Amino acid sequence: MKPFTYERAETLAQAAAAASKPGAKFLAGGTNLLDLMKLQIETPTHLIDIGRIGLDKIEPTPDGGLRIGALVRNTDLAADARVRTDYAILSRALLAGASGQLRNKATTSGNLLQRTRCPYFYDTNQPCNKRSPGSGCSAIAGFSRQLAVIGSSDACIATHPSDMAVAMMALDAVIETVKPDGKTRQIPISQFYRLPGKTPHLETTLEKNELITSVILPAPVGGIHVYHKVRDRASYAFALVSVGAILFKDGSGRIAVGGVAPRPWRNASAEKLIPIGAKEFASRLLEGARPTQENAFKLALVERTIEGILTENRS
Amino acid sequence: MENENGSGSITRREMLAGTAVAVTALAITSVTGLEAAPASPIVTPVESAGVSFNVNGKAVNLEMDTRTTLLDVLREHLHLTGTKKGCDHGQCGACTVLVNGRRINSCLSLALQHQDDSITTIEGIGTPENLHPMQSAFIKHDGFQCGYCTPGQICSAVAVLEEIKAGVPSHVSTELMGPMAFSNAEFRERMSGNLCRCGAYSNIAQAAAEVAGVTG
Amino acid sequence: MKFDKPAGINPIDQLKVIGKPTDRIEGPLKTTGTAKYAYEHNQEVTNPAYGYIVGSAIAKGMITRIDQSAAKAAPGVLAIVTAANAGPLQAGKFYVSRFLAGPQIDHYHQAVAVVVAETFEQARYAGSLLKIDYKKSKGSFDLDALKDSAQTPPPAQFGPPAQTMIGDFEGAFKTAQVKMDETYSTPDQAHAMMEPHATIAKWEGDKLTCWCSIQQMNWGVRDLAIILGIPKENIRLIASYIGGGFGGKGTVLADLVAASLAARVAGRPVKLALQRPLMFNNTIHRPKTIQRIRIGADPDGKITAIGHESWSGNLQGGRTEPATASTRILYAGANRLTRLKLAVLDLAEGNAMRAPGEAPGMMALEIAMDEMAEKLSMDPVAFRIKNDSQEDPEKPGRKFSTRKLVECLQTGAEKFGWNSRNAKPGSIKEGQWLIGMGVASAVRGAPVTKSAARVRLNSSGIITVETDMTDLGTGTYTIIAQTAAEMMGVGLDKVVVKLGDSSFPESAGSGGQWGAASSTSGVYAACVKLREAVANRLGLDADKAQFADGRVRAGDRSFALGDAAKNAELVAQDEMTYGELSKEYAQTTFGAHFVEVAVHAYTFEIRVRRMLAVCHAGRILNPKAARSQVIGAMTMGVGAALMEEMVVDKNIGFFVNHDLAGYEVPVHADIPYQEVILLEDIDPTMSPMKAKGIGELGLCGVASAVANAVYNATGIRVRDYPITLDKLLKNNV
Ligand SMILES: Cc1cc2nc3c(=O)[nH]c(=O)nc-3n(C[C@H](O)[C@H](O)[C@H](O)COP(=O)(O)OP(=O)(O)OC[C@H]3O[C@@H](n4cnc5c(N)ncnc54)[C@H](O)[C@@H]3O)c2cc1C
Ligand code: SF4
Repeated sequence: MKPFTYERAETLAQAAAAASKPGAKFLAGGTNLLDLMKLQIETPTHLIDIGRIGLDKIEPTPDGGLRIGALVRNTDLAADARVRTDYAILSRALLAGASGQLRNKATTSGNLLQRTRCPYFYDTNQPCNKRSPGSGCSAIAGFSRQLAVIGSSDACIATHPSDMAVAMMALDAVIETVKPDGKTRQIPISQFYRLPGKTPHLETTLEKNELITSVILPAPVGGIHVYHKVRDRASYAFALVSVGAILFKDGSGRIAVGGVAPRPWRNASAEKLIPIGAKEFASRLLEGARPTQENAFKLALVERTIEGILTENRS
Repeated sequence: MENENGSGSITRREMLAGTAVAVTALAITSVTGLEAAPASPIVTPVESAGVSFNVNGKAVNLEMDTRTTLLDVLREHLHLTGTKKGCDHGQCGACTVLVNGRRINSCLSLALQHQDDSITTIEGIGTPENLHPMQSAFIKHDGFQCGYCTPGQICSAVAVLEEIKAGVPSHVSTELMGPMAFSNAEFRERMSGNLCRCGAYSNIAQAAAEVAGVTG
Repeated sequence: MKFDKPAGINPIDQLKVIGKPTDRIEGPLKTTGTAKYAYEHNQEVTNPAYGYIVGSAIAKGMITRIDQSAAKAAPGVLAIVTAANAGPLQAGKFYVSRFLAGPQIDHYHQAVAVVVAETFEQARYAGSLLKIDYKKSKGSFDLDALKDSAQTPPPAQFGPPAQTMIGDFEGAFKTAQVKMDETYSTPDQAHAMMEPHATIAKWEGDKLTCWCSIQQMNWGVRDLAIILGIPKENIRLIASYIGGGFGGKGTVLADLVAASLAARVAGRPVKLALQRPLMFNNTIHRPKTIQRIRIGADPDGKITAIGHESWSGNLQGGRTEPATASTRILYAGANRLTRLKLAVLDLAEGNAMRAPGEAPGMMALEIAMDEMAEKLSMDPVAFRIKNDSQEDPEKPGRKFSTRKLVECLQTGAEKFGWNSRNAKPGSIKEGQWLIGMGVASAVRGAPVTKSAARVRLNSSGIITVETDMTDLGTGTYTIIAQTAAEMMGVGLDKVVVKLGDSSFPESAGSGGQWGAASSTSGVYAACVKLREAVANRLGLDADKAQFADGRVRAGDRSFALGDAAKNAELVAQDEMTYGELSKEYAQTTFGAHFVEVAVHAYTFEIRVRRMLAVCHAGRILNPKAARSQVIGAMTMGVGAALMEEMVVDKNIGFFVNHDLAGYEVPVHADIPYQEVILLEDIDPTMSPMKAKGIGELGLCGVASAVANAVYNATGIRVRDYPITLDKLLKNNV
C-alpha cells in the first residue's frame, strides 16, 4: 500500500472541496478501496474519509420515493422497512451480496463504485487495460468464465460485480452528486456506467472529484419483486448471473441482469417481450452478445433463470 | 475521480507538497501530525496519524502509520492476537470483530476510521476462566478444530443472534418483513462470511442453536 | 518398545478415559483467542522486524536484474534478501521446490526477494518498489497436452508402485460381457487452510529458533538444516498451534526459509507470513489428474477386470499423484491393472493434500462404480457389496486385519433411507428442485509409524507429556491426554500435554492419517516405562501394580501416584516401533458416504441437503474429535465435488484464481447437518492402542457420492470435477 495522508471530513462541503487535492480519493466503507490499495491496484496519496459527513439517512422524497444517503450501510438499506416493503428487489439484491460483515461496512456509493472482480485486474503482474490502460487484456484469451458476454469490447470483458446496482437499474434509480465547486447534478443509473470501448479504465460518467451524495428511488411501482442470484456456492460469492425482476399482474415487467456485462444489463425493447416469454425476452436482451467459449453458458443460463422466475411467479 | 490513473503524471514530491498546502489552507479537521507539517514546497511526508478508540472497555490512544488496518493495530500494536489474519482481503472472516456492536472485517478497515468507536474482540467476549455462553457451546459441540477461524466465528455468531433478534432479514428469509427467527438455514446463511476450512460448520450451527435456545 | 505381535489386553482397554467424547482440552484457549499461533509469539520475541515476500511475476525464465534502489531508500527498510546475498541454498528432502528464485525462475510467485522493514506496512510497500527484470522462457502448463508423452515415474517414498498387474487385465476386459471405459479429471486443488504459512525466526549466534506452522517437526528440522546448510542441532522449531494444514504444511516452505534468511541478514528477529494471494502459486497444492477407468464384469455383477490409469504433472523431480492406490485394494476382481504417468509442468509444486492419491482416485473410481452399476442394472450399494473382498485382492491369502465395508454400506443405506431412492435419474422433483441420492465407498490405508514421547510425573501427581507431535485441529492434544490419563490411572485434569517443539522426543508427526494412532502409541510406550519407574520407586511389583484414581496399588499396599515423585520428578521416555504386522495384514480403514442433493431444474445450481458417513476406522479414541475429523472431511469433499479448482492459465502459466474469493471453498450455507456413524473396530494388529486414523478416510469417496447424487437428480453425468452448473448446462440434452 502506497503511503497516503488521511483526513476525516466532518461536513459534506469539506469532503467535496477536499476532492480537488491531487491524488485524493474518497474512503467510504473501505471494503473495496482498501482491498485494492493493499494490492496497489489503487494508489491514492490522500484519503478523504467521508464516513461521518451525515449522508447516512434514508428519507422520503416529495414525490413518494426515497432518497438514500450515499453513506447508508448496505445492511441498513436492506433492513429499512420502506425498502423491504416497497423495493423488495433492492433488499433482496443487497442481501444476496457479500457477507454480513461486509454489508455492515459497505455503503451505497461504495457499492455502486466497486470495481470488477476480473482475476487479472487483481494481479498487477498481468496486463490489464482497465488497471493499466494500453497494456492489453489477459482475460480474453484466459480464464473468462465469470466475465462479460455483452457490452464488452476487445479491450475489456470485465463485469460489474454489484448486486445492488442490478436492483437499482430495475428501479430506475437516480444518482445525485456534488462537485468540488459545490455544483450538484442528477444522473439516471442507466447513464451512470460507461461501456468499456477503448477506455475500460473509465467506468462511470462521474467526473474526477465528483462526490455521490445520494441515490433516489422513484415512487414504488408495486409488482412482485424477485432477485435470483446464480453462483457455484450457496453464499458469499459473486454472481455468475443474477436476475432482478419486477413482475406485474398484466404480464409485463422489468428485468435487469447482473454478471453478464460491464454494467447491470437492461433493455426497454426487450422488456416489451416479457409477456411473451423468457426465450423471446432473453434473446432480445442478449442480442449481439459476444461470449467467450468459457462463458457462453451464461446466455442459456440467463434465459433459464428468467424462465424459472416467470414459471414460479405466474402460476 | 473514479479513476486513479489520471494522476500518474504528478510526481510524489509535488503531491506531498500539494497535500500539505491544501491541509493548511483549508484547515479541515485533520489528524494529529498534519498541522505540524510546514507549508513549504518540499515537505517530509506526514503519513502517520493518531486515533483513539475503545477496545474491550479500555481506552486506547495510538499514533501510527496511516496505512495500518484495525486488524494490524489489534494484533501488532495492542498484541490482541485473538483476532486472526486469514486473508487480509475480506474473503475469510477470521478477522471479524464487533464495532459498536456490529460485526465487520477488521482487515478492510483502517484503524483511523474508528475514532471514538467501541471495539469488542474475542478477548472481550470471554476468557478461559469466564467463558461466554457461545464459547462454552463451541467447546461442547466441538465447533472448531484448528481454532484459527474460531474467534471470528464466535464474534460473528454472537452478532448473528442479535441481528436475528433485531429483525434484520437475510438472503434466505422467506418473508422480508416477517419476524425473524433462528433456524439452521438462517444461521448458516448469515455465517457464510466466516470460512472454516476444517469444516466444523455443522457443529458450529449446533452450538449456536443451543445458545439461541433452539434444539435440532 | 517394539510392537510385533497383535496386542492383548492392556490398560487402554479399560476405556475409562479413552473412547469417551471428551471436549478438546485446549478448547478454552482456542475459543478465547488465547492459543498462540506462529505469528503471535509477541512475548518470546519482542522486537521483530517484518518480512514480506515478493513473488515472481513470470512462470518460467530468468531474473536479469533487480533494481533495489527505490526499495532500499523507502522508509523503515532494514534489509533485502535475494539469491545474491542469501548464500547457497539446497532443496529439502520432501519438497523439490527451491524457496528462493534466482537467477532461474521455476514457477509463478516463486519467492524472488524478501524485504525486511520496521513495520508490516513499510515492508509490503517497499516490496512493490523493487524493479525486477525478467527474461521469459517457454514453459509447460497443460497436462492434457502432455498426457501422451508422460513418463513412468521412478519409485516414490509414499504411494503405490507406478504399475501393478495381476492376472490378465487386457484379456479379461476385452472378453467381459458388461464393461465401462471412461476418463475423468480432477483439478488442481488448494489446501486453503485458514492460517497462512507463517514464521518468526530468531538467531542467537549460530542457533536458530523458529516459531512456525508445520506438521512434521522432524522433517522440518531435517529440511531446514539441509536448505540452509547448518547442523540440525542448531535448529529449534516450535509450533504449539497450527491453523490447519491438510498436508499443505508438511515441512519447510518459503516462509521458514525466507524468515530465517531475513533474520540473519537483518540481524534482527523477523516475522513473516505468506500473503494469501501468494500462497496458491508459491506453495504446494494437490495436482490435477486425468484418470481412465475400465471395469469389466459378469452380467450378475461380479467384477472380472478392473483397470485404473492416472496422469499427473509436476515440477522436474516432483512426485506423482498416486491416484490408483485405492483401486488396488477396494474391490475384488481377478484381473487388475493400475498405472501412473507423470509429466513435467512448470506450475508450483504438486504434493500431499489430505489423502493424497486416494482422495482424487476415489473421486473417479466411485463414479465409475456408479456408472457400472447402472450398466448392470444393479443398485449401486448392492454392486459394491457384491464385489467386497475379505482378502487383499492383489495378494490372495493376505487378510485384512479388519474390514467391514459391507456393514458400512448396509448401515448407511438403512439409516439414510436409501431404498426411497429412485434409480431412474431425474424422477424426483420438489418445486423447482430435482432431488437425487448418491453413494460411494470409502477406503484409506492405515499406516502407523515410529513415534516417541517423554512423560514426567511430579509430586502432585501431575503427568506431563512431551512429544514433537503437532495438533493442527486433529484433536491430538486431547487424545494424547486421554492416553496418558488412561495409562497412569488419573483424570484428564492431572495431565498436561506439550506438543510441537522439536526439542521434544521425535514423533510420527501429522500426515498420512498416521498421526493419532502413531503418536498415542508412542505415549503408551513412554507411559509403560513410567509405570515401571513408579512401581520401582515405590517398591511395588511392576507387573501387579494397578494404576487407578490417582493411586497405585499392589496387593494391600496403596500410594498416591505423586508419592513416587516425592523426592524427585520421575521422567520416562520411549518410542514405539513396529515389526512386520503391516505386511502380514492389510491394515486399512473403510467407510461409506451417502449424499442427497437438490439441483435447480432451471439454473442447475447444486445444493447438498443431507450427508451421512459410516466409518470403520479402528478404535475410536475420542468419538467427538473423530466425528469432527469426518465432518470436516465431508465438507472438503463437497468443495472438491462442487466448486474447488485452481484454474490454470495455460498462456501465462499460473493459477489464476489465487485468493479466497476466486478459489471457492464451502461456506456455512453449503453444508447441512452432517451425520456420522462410527462402527466398532478394535484392531489389535495396529498397536496397543488398537486404533487407526480417520481424518483422511472421511474425505475419500465424498465427492463421488455428491457426483452420483447429482447424476441421480438430473440424469446428467459430469466426469470433470468440479461439477458446476455450466457443465450440467452443456451436457443437458
Ligand atoms: C470478499 C468480498 C465479497 C463480496 N461480494 C459481493 C457480492 O457478492 N456482491 C456485491 O455486490 N458486492 C460484493 N462485494 C463488494 C462490496 O459490496 C463492496 O466492497 C462494497 O459495496 C464497497 O462499499 P464501500 O463503502 O466499502 O466502498 P469503498 O471501498 O469505500 O469505496 C469504493 C470506491 O467508491 C468510491 N466512493 C465511495 N463513496 C463515494 C462517494 N460518495 N462519492 C464518490 N466516490 C465514492 C471510493 O473512492 C472507492 O473508489 C464483496 C466484497 C468482498 C471483499
Ligand atoms: S477483462 Fe478488463 S479487467 Fe479483466 S484483464 Fe481484461 S482489461 Fe483487465
